[in-house]
Amino acid sequence: MLEVTNLECIRGDRRLFTELEFSLSSGELLYLHGHNGSGKTTLLRAICGLIAPTDGEVRWHDQNIRQQRDAFAADVVYIGHKNGIKDDLTGVENLRIACKLDGLSITEQEAWQALETIGLCGHEDLPTRVLSQGQKRRVSLARLLVNKSPLWVLDEPFTALDKAAVKLLQSVIREHISAGGMVMLTTHQEVELTTGQVKRLQLGWKREGDV
Amino acid sequence: MFDVFIAVVRRDLLLAMRRRSDVLTTLFFFVIVITLFPLGIGPEMSVLRGIAPGIFWVAALLASMLALEHLFSIDYTDGTLEQMLLTPQPVFILVLGKVLAHWLVTGLPLVLLSPLLGLQYDLSTQALATMMLTLLIGTPALSLIGAIGAALTLGLRGGGVLVSLLVLPLYIPVLIFGAGAVEATVSGLGGAGHVSMLGAILILSLILTPIATSAALRISAE
Repeated sequence: MLEVTNLECIRGDRRLFTELEFSLSSGELLYLHGHNGSGKTTLLRAICGLIAPTDGEVRWHDQNIRQQRDAFAADVVYIGHKNGIKDDLTGVENLRIACKLDGLSITEQEAWQALETIGLCGHEDLPTRVLSQGQKRRVSLARLLVNKSPLWVLDEPFTALDKAAVKLLQSVIREHISAGGMVMLTTHQEVELTTGQVKRLQLGWKREGDV
Repeated sequence: MFDVFIAVVRRDLLLAMRRRSDVLTTLFFFVIVITLFPLGIGPEMSVLRGIAPGIFWVAALLASMLALEHLFSIDYTDGTLEQMLLTPQPVFILVLGKVLAHWLVTGLPLVLLSPLLGLQYDLSTQALATMMLTLLIGTPALSLIGAIGAALTLGLRGGGVLVSLLVLPLYIPVLIFGAGAVEATVSGLGGAGHVSMLGAILILSLILTPIATSAALRISAE
């Protein structure tokens, strides 16, 4: 279970959010809303531990994430604005190395399978440099198919994807939620859930739109 | 943990293979700088012998610094660096892997080529052997120390200049003992003491710099 207590982030001389409190437990999906520049990305990065919050803390299983960095890192997948894939490596190589670093070993077969499922059939062994934006995004998102970490933190996961890919990703998220996972995402496209609970969090103008 | 280290090394070597130009730039720089001096100074054997250690080491220092630019910057731009910081592995293991791969492609070729280049300076076999040995011990230390500077200046405009300001002063001990060992061998004093000091610097930087570099990467990723 993820708990955020009294979180405050100041970047430069701008206070992005303050006294932010919410929690996320198994089988819940949290939408993060807010206008451009309201601090959505900052919040997601703070939750992953990439940014040290100015005040307050993020707790995972009742312990501050800063005191259990490696254990927390094993439980979270973060997909940000940057795809986090190497241009000179093929999709399969990218996926296998990403998994290796995440501490799980997948066979070449599984990597091919995952990339095929995400819709890159026939492009798995091309350097990602030659792929389109949407295809690069798919390579990056393929990690979600093989990674069984409970917490997914997704920053605008649907950008650059076509309709089919959006639908696929929505179903992947739905499955993850119904399997008891947690997802936190910023997007303008909603995921229809069959099970589980949806929470919403509004950053910016509306102030403290905590659900 | 060890297989992650191997995986990072293999990944970076693979990437270097696919982007050979970056690797060759450093090597060519080293070769050209060293070759220019005898051409400019003329065939004065005794002068060349005297200045060889200094020139080799300064060239190695500058070549190593030139290569630093690519150590983390590409990973930083494409987002793989932040993914690395979010892996359940200690970051210093990943840093060590990256630095080792970096040294294998930018440092080791300099070491292997140095005896050949040394011929232009009329160095004795013994001096060439010492040169190779000191470069072999010294260049990994340069890569390790330089990694701190490379990590600290990630994402900054004009980072290249800043790296040289940060890193070059830290390179000075390596330069002194590296060039000193070769000079001592040339003059017949024996460079064992210098080589031991160089070894000590390598061990110290092997232990301390990965931790500093990891901390610097975390700051830069914010």
